[in-house]
Amino acid sequence: MYSEKVMDHFQNPRNVGDLENPDTVGEVGNPSCGDIIQLFLKIDDEVITDIKFKTFGCGAAVATSSLTTELVKGKTIEEALRISKKDIAEKLGGLPPNKMHCSNLATDALKDAIDNYRGEDE
Amino acid sequence: MLLNFYYHFTIIISKMQNFGGINMNEIYLDHAATTPMDVEVINTVNKYMEDYYGNPSSIYKTGQIANNKLNEARKTIAELINANDFREIIFTSGGTESDNLAIKGAALALKDQGNHIITTKIEHHAVLHTCEYLEKHHDYEVTYLDVDEKGFVKIADIKEALREDTVLVSIITANNEIGTIQPIKEIGTFLKNKDVYFHTDAVQAIGQIKLNVQEINIDLLSASAHKIHGPKGVGMLYIKKGTKLVPQLNGGAQERNRRAGTENLPGIMGFKKAVELVMENRQKYVEKNSYLRDKLINGIEKSIDDAVLNGPRGSKRLSNNVNFCFKYIEGESILLNLDMLGIAASSGSACTSGSLDPSHVLLAIGHSKGTAHGSLRLSLGKDNTEQEIDFVLEKLPGIIQRIRDMSPLYIKEKERS
Repeated sequence: MYSEKVMDHFQNPRNVGDLENPDTVGEVGNPSCGDIIQLFLKIDDEVITDIKFKTFGCGAAVATSSLTTELVKGKTIEEALRISKKDIAEKLGGLPPNKMHCSNLATDALKDAIDNYRGEDE
Repeated sequence: MLLNFYYHFTIIISKMQNFGGINMNEIYLDHAATTPMDVEVINTVNKYMEDYYGNPSSIYKTGQIANNKLNEARKTIAELINANDFREIIFTSGGTESDNLAIKGAALALKDQGNHIITTKIEHHAVLHTCEYLEKHHDYEVTYLDVDEKGFVKIADIKEALREDTVLVSIITANNEIGTIQPIKEIGTFLKNKDVYFHTDAVQAIGQIKLNVQEINIDLLSASAHKIHGPKGVGMLYIKKGTKLVPQLNGGAQERNRRAGTENLPGIMGFKKAVELVMENRQKYVEKNSYLRDKLINGIEKSIDDAVLNGPRGSKRLSNNVNFCFKYIEGESILLNLDMLGIAASSGSACTSGSLDPSHVLLAIGHSKGTAHGSLRLSLGKDNTEQEIDFVLEKLPGIIQRIRDMSPLYIKEKERS
């Protein structure tokens, strides 16, 4: 059902956990839909210097969260926001069709985190 | 310590070895989904594929031999459920077809009498979706009865739902997800002399519970071969003599005009063999599985916090069914982790149901969607051993904790307390 890459990220999730005093936090989903993704970010001069995630959800939700944190770490906010759901799915070697929308939510959580960060900046 | 390590190391390594299509060392705990075919069943099916090619509808000898074999199979299955006459058994392609034929067939046959059906919220989809089809395309009205927190239907609720125009009551004998065994005899007794048909989906029950259709007063009963170590693609419907039914497959006079199509004789003879094995071994396996079931339930409750048993305890629960909700986590993650250890199980989470909503059964017994997503069903079979159960009990707490450590819900909950 899942690609080797998805299973790798599911078995060995990168950057799982939370951060003390994060600069911003993003969250999407709710328990009734079966997926919640939380991202904790440290941002220094527009660069994402550290990122951690917590996820309630299926294998695809965990894997997409893990890969997203891996991809955006060290990138500028602008670069990070350019990463699409499609990019994530492709880099994971594809996702089952029914998981594309319900479980590929980490980029939404990232956007939420950045929106919160910008909002706080203003 | 070293020995213990070696033991688990060898188990894990041996689980990676596959022999043809069969994973010899898998711990298979999904017998409610399907069961491996018994060797005796396989031999029977093979024999009938090789030697009995005749069409049971043909008049020459080869055909008539096949027809006689079909009737032998009917007799065996009639004996299993104590049907009065072997001609009351007809063969289908499985439980789903039997449910469809029973419900659509009876409803359409009685449409001049009324258009109301009573069923429950915890039926198998083969019943629920068939009822929804009748609502949508044939203007039937369906009452979906609530169940209590253990999954039991109340006779008083059936009594209240019965109307002048009720034509059919369909209630599952034993639930496939949470193992609740309904008071089917009391329901049948209550419905006796009422002018309605009583159908029950006994797919999960027939391997474990001795059913007596005459005593229970059942008009229609569905069952399937592959849940009792028989072949897939074979099922049966018991149709009490005199029960009106509009066929749902047209094109031949087979099965006393109730179901057209050349009969699957090898599969049906495999079903017969599987039923013979049930009658021979049922008591033994029910006792063994009840013990392993309770060991699993007690072990999980002892070692994992916030684990909620779904369904009743004791004799009103299927002897092979264990179903828990583990709060704060999602079921598919549990299944993937178990699969890595070679343990096959199932979940009522949305991810595994093919829809966005988790199991309708878990919602019907009062769980929130969030909790229902975190369900795990372990269903035992005749070949499971105590050693396998011990292995599951040893590994499961770590798996649940690992997933909870990743869950934002778990942390929130712990901070609150």
